[in-house]
Amino acid sequence: MNSTWIILGATSAMARAFARKVSAEGAAVLLAGRDMEDLNAIAADCSLRGARLAEAIAFDARQSKGFAALIDRMEAEEGQLNAAVFVGSMPEQSAIDADPALIDGVVTDSYTGPAKFLQMLAPLMDARGGGTVVGVGSVAGDRGRIGNYVYGSAKAGFHTYLSGLRNRLTRAGGHVVTVKPGFVDTGMTWGLPGMFLVASPDAVAADIHKAVAKRRNTIYTPFFWRFIMLIIIHIPEFIFKKMKI
Amino acid sequence: MRWKTTDYSGWGRALKATGEIARPERMSALSDILSAEMAPAIGMLRSYGDAALNSSGRAIDMTRLDRMLSFDPKTGVLDVEAGARIGEIAAAFAPRGWLPAVMPGTGFATVGGCIAQDVHGKNHHHAGSFCQHVLSLTLQQEAGTVEVTPEKTPELFRATAGGLGQTGVILSARLRLMPCKGDVMVVTERRIEDWDEFLALLDSSEATYTVGWLDATAKGTALGRGILEEGETGSGLMPKKVKYRKVPFNAPKFALSKPVVRMFNNAYFRRVPDSGRTVVRPIGDFFFPLDKIHDWNRLYGKRGFHQFQCVVPIASAPALRGMLEAIAHSGLASPLAVLKRMGPGRAGYLSFPMEGYTLAVDFRNTAEARELIQRLEDMTAAAGGRIYFAKDSLARSHGVSGMYSEQENWCKAVEKADPAGHLATDLVRRLKLRSGA
Repeated sequence: MNSTWIILGATSAMARAFARKVSAEGAAVLLAGRDMEDLNAIAADCSLRGARLAEAIAFDARQSKGFAALIDRMEAEEGQLNAAVFVGSMPEQSAIDADPALIDGVVTDSYTGPAKFLQMLAPLMDARGGGTVVGVGSVAGDRGRIGNYVYGSAKAGFHTYLSGLRNRLTRAGGHVVTVKPGFVDTGMTWGLPGMFLVASPDAVAADIHKAVAKRRNTIYTPFFWRFIMLIIIHIPEFIFKKMKI
Repeated sequence: MRWKTTDYSGWGRALKATGEIARPERMSALSDILSAEMAPAIGMLRSYGDAALNSSGRAIDMTRLDRMLSFDPKTGVLDVEAGARIGEIAAAFAPRGWLPAVMPGTGFATVGGCIAQDVHGKNHHHAGSFCQHVLSLTLQQEAGTVEVTPEKTPELFRATAGGLGQTGVILSARLRLMPCKGDVMVVTERRIEDWDEFLALLDSSEATYTVGWLDATAKGTALGRGILEEGETGSGLMPKKVKYRKVPFNAPKFALSKPVVRMFNNAYFRRVPDSGRTVVRPIGDFFFPLDKIHDWNRLYGKRGFHQFQCVVPIASAPALRGMLEAIAHSGLASPLAVLKRMGPGRAGYLSFPMEGYTLAVDFRNTAEARELIQRLEDMTAAAGGRIYFAKDSLARSHGVSGMYSEQENWCKAVEKADPAGHLATDLVRRLKLRSGA
C-alpha cells in the first residue's frame, strides 16, 4: 500500500496503537512529537511490524514555524498522504483557575496548533486527490462542564474545524474522520478518580482504523459514548447548569 | 508521575495486594520514577501467586514499554523492551520465519516476566529455558543501568535469570530468536491409555514441541491417561480467525464440580480418535491454547484457584505417579493438568527446570485443595524435586528450603544488587527467599 501517515502526538498511547495498525499494512509512518528518544523507539517498533518506512520527526503544536518542514517531508513521499492528530493537553481546571494564561497553551495544543498544520497540508492532499485526516477530539467537546470546560471548548472548536475541513477535502476525494473518545486508559487518565468504562488504547485504535476504512464521518469510541453524550447534550440547560458530572 | 492506588492479584486470584502502581509510558518517565525510588517491576500479572505483588510498597507496571527496538535478520537477534508480550513477538515474526526460542503457555507474558521466571516451553527438552536465549539485558539498579551478559557479568546474569526481579528492573533484552518454517503448526495428537505409556512416549518423543494433557480425574488402570501432543512448525495458509471470547463474570461453583470435570475430561479425551490424528493449527492455538478466552481465570469463581507445578528427577517418576494418584483420589482437579518431560537446561540460580518430569494441575481455591497442595509440596521435596515460583501461592519457607541448591549464590548476588530490599515482593517475603536457605 503506497500511503503515508503523519501522526501528530505519536508518543500518546492511542497514537502508538494506531501507528502499529497502519504499520502492519505496510504504510510509511512519520512519527511527530517532542520526545525524540521515545519517537525513535516507536519508529523502530513500527518498522519491525511492517512499516515501509518509519521516521521520527520533531513537532511541537506550539511552534508553528516548524510545520513547513513537516509538510515538505510529507511532499517527498509519493502516493496518498494522510494525517492523524492525537495532540492535546488537559491541565487540571484548578490549575487554570489559578493561572488563566494556561488557556493559550490548551487551545494551541488541542485546536489551533493542529488546525494550522492541517490547513497547510490540505492543498497538498487536494493536489494528490485523496487521503484521510483523523482528528481526535473528545466527548468533553460536546458540552461544557465544570470539570474541564477549557479543554472541552478547545476540542469543540477542533470538532467544528474538522467538519469544515471534511466539507472541503471531500471535493477532491479526501476525507476527515472525527473521533470522540470517552475515557481511555492512557497516561492522561491513569490514577484519576471517577473513571469508568475505561477503554484500552488498542480498542480505540481498532475503532479508528475501521472508521478510516469505512470513511465514517464522526465516531464515538467505544461506541456507547454516542448514547451517553446524546443524553448529556439533551439535558436542559436550566438543569445542567446545576449539575456536576 | 501519578501513582494509582489499586487492588491487584496474581493470575490465580487467590492472593491479592493493594498498593500504588505507576505505569510509565516512556523510558524517560521510568527513569524519573526509579531515580526517586526503586520499586519492583510487574508486567501482565500472569504469575499465578504473589510473584508480582507488593502489598507493602509500590510497584511499576511495565506493560506500556513494549517496543521492539531492532532485529538482525542474519543472526536472528531481537532487541526488545521488557514490557513486550511474547505472543506479539511471535505474531510479528513467525510469518517472517522466526519465533522466540522459548515460549511459555501464555502469549500474554512479558519479556521481563519470562526472564524473571526463566520460563520454559513445550520444547524445553531441546531448547532449554528462556534465559538461555537471552544474549544480554539492560538492568536498572539504584546506582544506574548495567548491561548484563552471561559472559561478562555471569553472577549477576545468573541471579537475574529466574531471579524474580530482585536484582533490578529489567528495561530491555536481546533475544536470540529461532528459525521456524512459518506461522502454522502441524500437530499430532495421540491418546495415551495410562501412566507408563505416557512416560515412555514422552521419553521417546523426537518432536520439536511436546506436551501432554492429563485426565487428572482418571483412577485405577486409567490413571495417567491423557493426550500427547507433538508439534512442528510449518508454512501454509490458514484462515485468520481472531475471535476472542470473554468470561463475563465469576462462574458459580458447579461449573468445575466433580461430575462436570469428569464429563469434560472424558469428552476431551475422546475428542482425539483412538488411532490418533494429525491436524494443522494456527501457531497461537498450539502455544497459547487458553489465550483465546480472556479472563479464563474467572471460571474458578471469585475465590480464585491455585496451580500446583513441580518437577522431579527422572528417577523419582514413581513419586510423581504417587502425586497423581493423590490428586485423582481427591477428585479436586480441574481439567487443566499438564505433564511434560524436561531437559537439564536452566540459566539462573533460581531457575525452575531440572532434568525430569514436570506436572502442573489447577485446583479451585478450597480448603481441601489447599491441604492437598501442601501434601504435594511435601512429596515434591521428598522426591528431590522443586516447585515453580511462577505458580506457587501456598508454600511456606521451610517447605521450599533446599529445593533450590544455588539459592545461597542468588542471595549473595541479590544482597549486592538491592541491599536495601526495595525490590522485595510478597512471594519473596512469604518464602523468605532473600534470607537464604
